[in-house]
Amino acid sequence: MISFSQVTKRYPGGHEALKGVAFAVDAGEMVFITGHSGAGKSTLLKLVAAIERPTSGSVIVHGQNVGAMKASAIPYLRRNLGMVFQDQKLLFDRSVLENVLLPLQVTGYERRDAAKRARAALDKVGLLGRERARPITLAGGEQQRLCIARAIVARPSILLADEPTASLDAANAGEIMDIFRAFHQVGVTVLISTHDQAMIERLKPRVMRLEHGALAS
Amino acid sequence: MKRWLTQHAQALALALRKFFKAPWNTIASLLAMGVAFSLPAGGFLLLENLDRISAQVDSAPQISLFLALDASRSDLTQTEKRLRQHPQVKSFEFVSRDRALARLKGSAGVADVVESLGQNPLPDAFVVQARSADAGTLEQLRAEMARWPKAEHVQLDSAWAKRLDALLRFGRLAVGMLAVLLSLGLLTAVFNTIRLQILTQRDEIEVAKLVGATDGFIRRPFLYQGALQGLLGGAAAWAILAAALWLLNGALAELAQLYAVSLRLDHLSPRDTLILLGLASGLGWIGAWMSVGRHLSAIQPR
Repeated sequence: MISFSQVTKRYPGGHEALKGVAFAVDAGEMVFITGHSGAGKSTLLKLVAAIERPTSGSVIVHGQNVGAMKASAIPYLRRNLGMVFQDQKLLFDRSVLENVLLPLQVTGYERRDAAKRARAALDKVGLLGRERARPITLAGGEQQRLCIARAIVARPSILLADEPTASLDAANAGEIMDIFRAFHQVGVTVLISTHDQAMIERLKPRVMRLEHGALAS
Repeated sequence: MKRWLTQHAQALALALRKFFKAPWNTIASLLAMGVAFSLPAGGFLLLENLDRISAQVDSAPQISLFLALDASRSDLTQTEKRLRQHPQVKSFEFVSRDRALARLKGSAGVADVVESLGQNPLPDAFVVQARSADAGTLEQLRAEMARWPKAEHVQLDSAWAKRLDALLRFGRLAVGMLAVLLSLGLLTAVFNTIRLQILTQRDEIEVAKLVGATDGFIRRPFLYQGALQGLLGGAAAWAILAAALWLLNGALAELAQLYAVSLRLDHLSPRDTLILLGLASGLGWIGAWMSVGRHLSAIQPR
């Protein structure tokens, strides 16, 4: 489903975020990526979504070489990926429901169908009653759930999450992780970057550890 | 197809919503565009009216053949015969000196002057319609007639029409240049409004790209916004002209009454109105397209 071979990412200015990274994730797997901050966890996830391009090596997602993908093909790749961003990227001038509707609108969904699916997604993360609220009025854990609802509303086959529990207390973090695990259990491939050691011990997923941009096994 | 329509309807709705979010900004920019558009459109309108009014006077080119005052009846029949046989003459009308005088008496203002004349100063005349409208052929015909016996004066009536024509052509060129310049101005105005819109919607655009929006999806509401802005600007120009014509026609009616003629300025025909609106929205669309192309690629998710 996702495979990296000899992937190196060097940012302008010379900083090498990833060095010769190679791994493969099968369909339906749940994988945690850990490592100190600056180890390259975010860069790795961004390469999967073609937000960044590898300097060398190849990134294959769904059998497509993402690194060499034409710009016009990238939207269609991303429609099959659900992403939860470290900085959330919620739109604060829109309601909760409208935030979740966005991924459906970009594919041209009819509004009524889209609203139905968006409510189902909000229901899955326990935010059904808050659809008219503004994201700014939500608590930290609720905002993170909103991000997850937006990530899964288009029913992607891959879910990427960059430090989804970083700013949450243990109880909230546990609930968020349970949501991810539920998606994993229905066959979604889940890739999560975290340094939440307690969570890893509880869930016992496959773990890849990054150290200064290289995979440590 | 349905999906395509849905997407376009959504983009249009989004563009409309943006308009009503900041009504004063919208009105101000529409007014500016309306004024800019009303100048060339107004110039065009004046030319059209001038053309229309001149067309009432200037039908086919005429040649007036005035005979000498001492021309006899046989001279008259002679000339009539020549005209009937000439291949270049389509038709002609004989205007006797008595009829010419009667006609002159009938026209406003000069009746008293005519009355005070002792005798009829007018010559017999033929008004000739030529077959060709070509200036060279007409001139040749005029010269030929001038050589006929007892032909006192031959006048080609298209001379003033030609002058008016040249003047109209000059006016059209001036209006055309004005239109091009102001269109460029309009293009820049839309370009800038859309640029500001893009900047204020940076976050939205970034998130849309992250969840799989194509460039087309992101571009579409801006294009609609540009076209809508142009369309409403064109409509504002139309309204400005309508108001101006209403005022002018009021004043013109008084003037026309004094001169005992009928003068009225007409607004753009439905066809020209459609062209104006189409052109305005097209320009808005193009301005938005240029702006989006220029500024959208600068927004890439990080």
